[in-house]
Amino acid sequence: MRKRLIPILLALAGLTACQPEEFTDAEKATIASLSLSALPPLPADTTNRVADDAAAAAFGATLFFERRLSRDGTVACATCHLVDRQFQDDRPRSVGLAMTDRRAMPLAGVARAPFLFWDGRKDSLWAQALGPLEDAREHGGTRAAYAHFVAATFRDRYERIFGPLPDLAGVPAAASPLGSDAESAAWEAMPDDKKREIDTVFANLGKAIAAFERTIVHQPTRFDRFADAVAAGKAPEGDAALSEQEVYGLRLFIGRANCVTCHNGPRFTDDHFHNTGVPPVDGLPDDTGRAAGAKKVLDDPFNCLGAYRDGSEEACGELRFMVSQGEELERAFKTPSLRGAAARPPYMHSGQIATLADVVDHYVRAPASVSGHSELKPLKLSDRERAALIAFLGTLAE
Amino acid sequence: MNRRSILIALAAAALLAAAAFMAVRVMMTPPDGLDLARSKASARGLYAVTIAPEKEPLEQGPLHSWILTLKTPDGAPVEGATIAVGGGMPQHGHGLPTQPQATAYLGDGRYRIEGVRFNMSGWWEFTFDIKAAAGDDRVVFNLAL
Repeated sequence: MRKRLIPILLALAGLTACQPEEFTDAEKATIASLSLSALPPLPADTTNRVADDAAAAAFGATLFFERRLSRDGTVACATCHLVDRQFQDDRPRSVGLAMTDRRAMPLAGVARAPFLFWDGRKDSLWAQALGPLEDAREHGGTRAAYAHFVAATFRDRYERIFGPLPDLAGVPAAASPLGSDAESAAWEAMPDDKKREIDTVFANLGKAIAAFERTIVHQPTRFDRFADAVAAGKAPEGDAALSEQEVYGLRLFIGRANCVTCHNGPRFTDDHFHNTGVPPVDGLPDDTGRAAGAKKVLDDPFNCLGAYRDGSEEACGELRFMVSQGEELERAFKTPSLRGAAARPPYMHSGQIATLADVVDHYVRAPASVSGHSELKPLKLSDRERAALIAFLGTLAE
Repeated sequence: MNRRSILIALAAAALLAAAAFMAVRVMMTPPDGLDLARSKASARGLYAVTIAPEKEPLEQGPLHSWILTLKTPDGAPVEGATIAVGGGMPQHGHGLPTQPQATAYLGDGRYRIEGVRFNMSGWWEFTFDIKAAAGDDRVVFNLAL
């Protein structure tokens, strides 16, 4: 009896080993799909004719760091998107002229996102750049003021890229449909063709900034070197090696913990919006995420179907076929990339969760959403497994 | 006796762990024996429907188009159909991430379905509600990505 049991026992022990030496073919394919090496070339953006123009990118970089592109000369894009901090600011909620309601997103690979902001309320990088410029708590300026500023300060650089600036005589110093009451009134008083000229200048500033932002890319990490070695059938060594704990975390990430369901592909994001039951922040206005964002992008005059797009409408598939209503949009927020995430707490759209350990705890508990339905299901992870997942995320940040 | 009961207990624990492991695998992956046919009859048998991605291989991530070919059971192309597209991931309880539409009739019973994206790997249902001269019918395809 005993003699018969032992081989069975050995066979079962083999079946249930937590860390078999070799990855399965399916695991290898998933690991390879997460490597930066699997990232296709950046597609052209036909809606922005200067998207890959070097002079436009250089001008965009100037604008990105230009504090005078704000109401009081104190706020640049780089104020919240810090160049040495993965183009984010380490704060739960960003502070421009005042504190906003949302966490600044890092910018690497941002040109590949079909929708921008946590709620996807913009559908191109150039349209995205226009939002903060006029947000009262961010740059707080107006499109008319920016047109005057460019004419006075950067006329040559602008005109070499975009052609002649319009005649700004008679254009109010500050005017925007999104401005204060006085600024909105000033905008309304402008003739339509002048509004259109100013909007074109404004959109062009976004297009130059987008040309710069297209150059901000992810750098290969230790995980990428590991993944490339695994994909090539080589033993990962030296700066490609992962510790046993990190490999265990990777197995959980692509397996039982289900992280890879949404954090997939070389950027570790499915570019979609999910309700994961992240709690609202006390004292902030209700934030329904994608439910509001979808409406905003449809109404945005600078969206792909609007008058300021270059190229043909064929580029507008994302907007044309967007899901614009339904319960799945309620409190859904964009899946952030996990590249570099270990080095940039806090987490979630308003910085609700302070540490990666707390993030993992959130996914283990899977709390219900205050409205809509969380897509999370409770997980069972031991302390050892939680630590392994966090260790694995570290390999994406070094 | 004592050693034997320890062995039995160990074996039982290993079996349980193996079962749990398999259960997790089943949750993660499409069910065994899922019908992945890309040609099938609609539910009431009014139409023979074939679908194919406009470009192979089918990729997870990018927005892309499919071609749906609609015929009667005896093989005659069906023109002038209205086709509503839906679907989702039964194991995750959510719908498609986009709202695909039939945007063009290409002749010979072929319709272009634009705006499709599969943002996750796993089992997807792809559903077409068809209105045409023969009547209303529905067909559901399974895809495994």
